[in-house]
Amino acid sequence: MSTSTAARPEEPAEQVLDVRDLSVTFRTESGTVSAVDHVDLSLARGEIVGVVGESGCGKSVTAMSLGGLLPGSARVTGSARLHGTELVGASEPVLRKVRGRELAYIFQEPMSSLNPVLSVGRQIAEVLQVHEGLSRKQARARAVELLALVGIPSPATRVDTYPHQLSGGMRQRVMIAMAVACGPQVLVADEPTTALDVTVQAGILEVLRDLRDRLGTSILIITHDLGVIADIADRVVVMYAGRVVERAPVHELFARPRHQYTAGLLAASPTPGRHAGTDRLQEIPGLVPVLSTQPDACTFADRCHAADDLCRGSAPPLEPQGGGGTSAAGHVAACWHPSTETRTLAATNQEPAR
Amino acid sequence: MTDQTPALELEDLTMHYGPVRAVDGVSFAIRPGQVTALVGESGSGKSTVGRCVVRLVEPTAGTVRIAGTDITHLSRRVLRKHRDDVSIVFQDPAGSLDPRMLVGDVVGEPLRIGARRLPRKERDRRVAEELGRVGLRPAVARRYPHELSGGQRQRVSIARALISSPTLLIADEPTSALDVSVQAAVLNLLADLQRDIGFACLFITHDLSAVEYLADEIAVMYLGQLVEMGSRERIFARPRHPYTQALLAAAPVADPVEQRSRTRVLLGDDLPSALDPPSGCRFRTRCPLAFDRCATEVPPPIPVGDGYAACHLVRPDGTGPDVRVSSGHEVGA
Repeated sequence: MSTSTAARPEEPAEQVLDVRDLSVTFRTESGTVSAVDHVDLSLARGEIVGVVGESGCGKSVTAMSLGGLLPGSARVTGSARLHGTELVGASEPVLRKVRGRELAYIFQEPMSSLNPVLSVGRQIAEVLQVHEGLSRKQARARAVELLALVGIPSPATRVDTYPHQLSGGMRQRVMIAMAVACGPQVLVADEPTTALDVTVQAGILEVLRDLRDRLGTSILIITHDLGVIADIADRVVVMYAGRVVERAPVHELFARPRHQYTAGLLAASPTPGRHAGTDRLQEIPGLVPVLSTQPDACTFADRCHAADDLCRGSAPPLEPQGGGGTSAAGHVAACWHPSTETRTLAATNQEPAR
Repeated sequence: MTDQTPALELEDLTMHYGPVRAVDGVSFAIRPGQVTALVGESGSGKSTVGRCVVRLVEPTAGTVRIAGTDITHLSRRVLRKHRDDVSIVFQDPAGSLDPRMLVGDVVGEPLRIGARRLPRKERDRRVAEELGRVGLRPAVARRYPHELSGGQRQRVSIARALISSPTLLIADEPTSALDVSVQAAVLNLLADLQRDIGFACLFITHDLSAVEYLADEIAVMYLGQLVEMGSRERIFARPRHPYTQALLAAAPVADPVEQRSRTRVLLGDDLPSALDPPSGCRFRTRCPLAFDRCATEVPPPIPVGDGYAACHLVRPDGTGPDVRVSSGHEVGA
């Protein structure tokens, strides 16, 4: 096991990003759609927080709202403070300064985020010239360093290549190099490996982990893939239909999922080698609802086997979950009838000291 | 057709798109009622194999036999007689269902134009029956595809594929565009239908974990060629080709303890071009165990259990190294 995967020692963590009560609604032709409902989340320095959920759960909208990247039809309320700077409602000049220097993004499809007619070196250099005021020559030299940092072989040659000449994995590395060019404190990675093959995905996750370890970058990784979460996240936020339904340290979440949705999602994930011999995957019936207003009810109730009138009549608050001893610290779930299941992780007793 | 006649037989299947060698000499057979998973990453040629089997493209060379009939170069007219034998389900149901057709017409179409043409009334009855079999209400027949969710649309695709009672179903990444919870339901449905009806299935996927529930055999493809083949149990328990091992190692498991203690096998990002594949073993440019011979000699398939692995490091007795343990480390058979 490499040291980069070991848990970081517990220390009074400096909060870099603090999101409180964040809500996003969209005006659409068929009325208002509530995409994000009173979401709280925080990110400490050097921490990797995974936001997991299925399509339509609001995970990407949450991430985009931080940098003011949502279209004009979105209405964002609540608070998101990045090192004390309020991002919700901030003016475009403020946001422009924040984006790139303090808050950077990488997205799922690197090809559509890169300019096809500029060499990758030019594109990275541009960021440095604009934000850091470097000369063209300095910026180019720095671009080569950045390409090396993200694990691109022979960076001095690759700096002059065009996006189409690179593989999907290499392009995503270029995107990461560009994102971290100005040393942002927070990197938001929205499904960074979803478009990539698994053998390439492993390398990209390694780069992200390496950035955290070497530069202390805090990373908010948005994914639908619990395997990616298990690989890289320190803490996990589970979203469903616009709400945070569970939040826990990663080992705690996988060992003791409390929200019925989290438990269902874990049971539905095929894991090679773990289920050989069993004949079926567990299903979650029904669909993620599209909500015009957030009801005073559990939004998962319609799909939940444990739901009763209480669930349909009032929204469960996020409450601390016991049962896991000290490892349960920071474990909250919004469920009236939490799962009591304990999942056996591989050699749980060898859980790295946290 | 006797019981021994394979539902599908590929012999040296080759498909070149101009200079691009998408599929280069692929051979395998699927017995009636058997599920074979064809696993590989993007660019491996796995989908092209599927397209050759349903004759969406005409292979450059080699033979495709369906239930004993050579369909490789049949004309469109003659091919039509065999269309009912094979069906295909694609990854993206939104793109493969005609948005202007009612679901009932989409599902019933094979019974309107195929060899098993049925009168309207009879067709409607069969459509309702087929929708029921994939877990949809009969009323869905009067809806349009866009009114349905992704999972429901994929059920419609499956109903359409199965209504002509094919002996072979090609499923090309049928669950890759779906959410995890929906994916599980569609995989379960496919497994149930396959068990009940007993059609043979070629399940094309990039995701090994998706086939653990339903595949009998697994064929692993890399850059246009098969590198390993074997029973599901053997491939998961004792993969012998370094690429298969790397694929298994790379798929993250939903268990942070296990995931973080696994040996990482990093292959590098650059898949070589199918325009000019590497000499010798095509995997050698990314293989952690590659040595001189890999560049000069094409590795022959070495028998391993009921299948084979095409790697110079696999010994005649079917043992070989495992890249997941550590480079060069030996593991028993």
